[in-house]
Amino acid sequence: MFKKRVAIQDFAAESRLFNQRAVFAILFVVLMFSVIVFNQYQLQIVSYQDYQTRSEGNRIKVVPLAPNRGLIYDRSGILLAENRPVFSLELIPEQINDMAGTLAELATLIEFTAEQQDAFLKQVRAQRRFNSITLKEQLDDQEVAILAANQHRFPGVTVEARLSRHYPFGDLFTHALGYIGKINTRELQQLELDGEAPNYAASRDIGKIGLERFYQRELHGTMGYQEVEVNNRGRLIRVLRSVPAVSGQNIQLGLDVGLQLTAQQILKQHRGAIVAIDPRDGAVLAFYSNPSYDANLFVHGISSANYNELLNSRDRPLINRVTQGVYPPASTIKPHLALLGLESRTITTNTKIWDPGYYTLPNSDHRFRDHIRWGHGWVDIYTAITKSCDTFFYDMGIKLGIDRISEYMHKMGFGEKTGIDILEESSANMPSRGWKRARHNQPWYPGDTVPLSIGQSYWTTTPLQLAVATTPLLNRGKLVTPHMVTAFNNGETTAANILPPRQVLDVENEQNYAVVMDTMHQTVSTLGGTAHRAFIGAQYSSAGKTGTAQLAAIAQDAKYDADAIDERLRDNAMYLGYAPYDKPTILVVVALENAGGGGSNAAPLARQLMDYYFTAGVNRDE
Amino acid sequence: MSDDFTGNARHSRLAQFHIDTPLLLGLLALIGFGLMVLYSASGQSIVMMERQIVRLGIALAVMIAFAQIKPQTLKRWSFPLFLVGVALLVAVMLVGSVGKGAQRWLDLGFMMFQPSEIMKLAVPMAVAWFIASHSLPPRILHLLGGVLMCAVPTLLIAQQPDLGTSILIATAGVFVLFLSGMSWRLIALVAGLISAFLPILWLFLMREYQRQRVLTFINPESDPLGSGYHIIQSKIAIGSGGFDGKGWLHGTQSQLEFLPERHTDFIFAVLSEEFGMLGVLILLAIYLFIIVRCIIISSRAQDNYSKLVAGSFTLTFFVYVFVNIGMVSGLLPVVGVPLPLVSFGGTSMVTLMAAFGVIMSVGTHKRMLAAP
Repeated sequence: MFKKRVAIQDFAAESRLFNQRAVFAILFVVLMFSVIVFNQYQLQIVSYQDYQTRSEGNRIKVVPLAPNRGLIYDRSGILLAENRPVFSLELIPEQINDMAGTLAELATLIEFTAEQQDAFLKQVRAQRRFNSITLKEQLDDQEVAILAANQHRFPGVTVEARLSRHYPFGDLFTHALGYIGKINTRELQQLELDGEAPNYAASRDIGKIGLERFYQRELHGTMGYQEVEVNNRGRLIRVLRSVPAVSGQNIQLGLDVGLQLTAQQILKQHRGAIVAIDPRDGAVLAFYSNPSYDANLFVHGISSANYNELLNSRDRPLINRVTQGVYPPASTIKPHLALLGLESRTITTNTKIWDPGYYTLPNSDHRFRDHIRWGHGWVDIYTAITKSCDTFFYDMGIKLGIDRISEYMHKMGFGEKTGIDILEESSANMPSRGWKRARHNQPWYPGDTVPLSIGQSYWTTTPLQLAVATTPLLNRGKLVTPHMVTAFNNGETTAANILPPRQVLDVENEQNYAVVMDTMHQTVSTLGGTAHRAFIGAQYSSAGKTGTAQLAAIAQDAKYDADAIDERLRDNAMYLGYAPYDKPTILVVVALENAGGGGSNAAPLARQLMDYYFTAGVNRDE
Repeated sequence: MSDDFTGNARHSRLAQFHIDTPLLLGLLALIGFGLMVLYSASGQSIVMMERQIVRLGIALAVMIAFAQIKPQTLKRWSFPLFLVGVALLVAVMLVGSVGKGAQRWLDLGFMMFQPSEIMKLAVPMAVAWFIASHSLPPRILHLLGGVLMCAVPTLLIAQQPDLGTSILIATAGVFVLFLSGMSWRLIALVAGLISAFLPILWLFLMREYQRQRVLTFINPESDPLGSGYHIIQSKIAIGSGGFDGKGWLHGTQSQLEFLPERHTDFIFAVLSEEFGMLGVLILLAIYLFIIVRCIIISSRAQDNYSKLVAGSFTLTFFVYVFVNIGMVSGLLPVVGVPLPLVSFGGTSMVTLMAAFGVIMSVGTHKRMLAAP
């Protein structure tokens, strides 16, 4: 009874105690939930913008899209540089934890050279971590299949199909087109300086030399980009926004595949260069330097063995002989000097001098020889050019003096860069008093002027420069700017690349131009002209001037004997010609190293090129 | 048969099966919402949904089964169950299987069994049995007895190591002591002792990875791609949800897998991201409803044992909710506690529903006793 009563009393008190604690517990729960709500408010309402931004930053990546490089066509629309899909093995350093291990494992699957690996690692250091970097290019089908099957083992390793530059004609256009290659650190810095780097975010290649380099901006195009949603492993989920890349402009050249092939074929036996331009507007029709090399070797990174072979070859294939080959022009510049002689009234068409086979300066007994030991006898300007009399020009050169020669020849374009649309160009040398003082710290002697008058000694030109500097002769004093690109096409509209000729000479007497052109015509057309034999039977009229540049000094009374001297010291053969003679549409310069006389060696090659030009109808608008 | 609480016939019929209707509705609302979030968090995985639904079915069955057991029966079995649990924990220590760097499981041949799950129920039940066998409020000696009963399994589990579970089990026991009316002065004293114990915990009991978790909690940005990654991504998910969320299945943090453990421990971040603050408030309201309902049931229970067990289970449930939300939203260190009835997961869900079964038993059996 007592026990029970106590229990009942206890129960009421205990119940009250428990209820107090229960109420306290509920209050505590509510308080704690309030803490959660307050924290949620801080996160979701107060800091919403911040977290929203970070969330977007997590999922949205901007992927740059590389533009397709513009194509290059010859004058009739034949592709000279195209983009072909190739598969390459690429690695994204950011996604690879153990680079050395990954490379070692990959090496068990496919072959790559130590050189490729070194080049790759160099790129890894140079590029940003998230950029995809190529380990091996041009995978074959089997390698693609092996890598695809093992893809899961290699996070961050991908096989990418990319467009890669290809030059279908191999070595035929190398010196003109140049080639592209991987953007290197120095080029990247330059792009950054120029503010162009953002446009190259997806680009891997850049024009290294030739037209590919000169027109890099036009050919490259404008980068596009995609805003993509990615997951936590960076895998693309969907494309949110896409701004397509704008392909680079296609460019059309004045070069003609047929002419070019002809040039290559006829130069096969020689080191040298052939260049043909349209003398009216400066469009380049043929541009070939021999020996050449396959530009495709460079596109995917040339091996050092191949490169050393090219670099160390005695024939120096890497030199662009058309624009960098520096040759004495020899007699080919006689017409140019003749024009100066006539315009300055130093000579007239009636001027005749006696050529005994040599020339001596007053008060000197040093004999400057004519190439004909016994002399030409009485010589006027016609004979002096058609038979290439040296003595006439020695005499005229001394009368003109170095200052007038130098100034006038510079005006015509000698000693100046032609401004052709490639950057690998030498200005060669048209000397002056000032030049000799600066270069050799010596005064100019009359004895320097004498050999200069026949295009020897200090006077050098490149084949292209010689061609271009001849255009004022044909254009009444107007000089053209040579250019290989004749038109740009952005896929819709075509814009012609017209560079109007500049008037560089003051025309004293138009007749003088006709006289000079006439002498060059006679060189080809009259029996005994130095280029006559080479053009017998040609279906077109032409004009020209031969040149034979002496490379080895010959003693005062010795005789030049080709067989007796080293092959590499034999004469260079030069020919400068144009056709049709009265209304020229093609101007050709052939320069052959150590080939011998220009009339017998260079002129026939120019003939073959012109034959092709006229029979194939290269210049359709004629 | 009239009922003072669930006044209508429909409820009465459920009550015959010892089901507390408001609590059941609350739990079903939570399960429904949870499944919806899980569907999104699992990346719309039907397989995972099926497994979760099967598990929920089993858990509900277990709950109903426990609801049928009279509180008196439970009380009688409390201490034996506790002893069995301790024995199993010792067995785990001696012959248990190692997984994920911890020795927590017993291999029964046909299934892996985690004895610490039993202790989640057995510890508060045993402590309640012990305390309720004397008058309330408990005397110091009884309190010390209760503490000892908490301490043994807690230490056994802590050394597995499973710090989260051991703390939850200790908390469940301590809640019994708190509800039994231990004096505030003592509570303050114990709190002081625990504070003093913390350095010892840090220096001697915590493993390196556990310390790392705490350090990361203090400054997650110190290692954004390493151990801080979880909490940073989780906060981004929550914060970017805003007021009304990004929409169901449209949470970028979760769908694109920036959020780790998104279908298990971090599922609250998925809910926050997709349903925003609004969804969080709804979830908290459901939890609060369940908790309040359970507290009401326990305060109406007829004997002290029932009150203490039901009350302790309820508060432990709250601790789960708070610790999980707290760790996901950056208020607490990451300790690997699932969000009750929402997270994808097995054993703990069954244990939890068993606890709700006990609460329902407490809430429904008293009338049968009171009726005569």
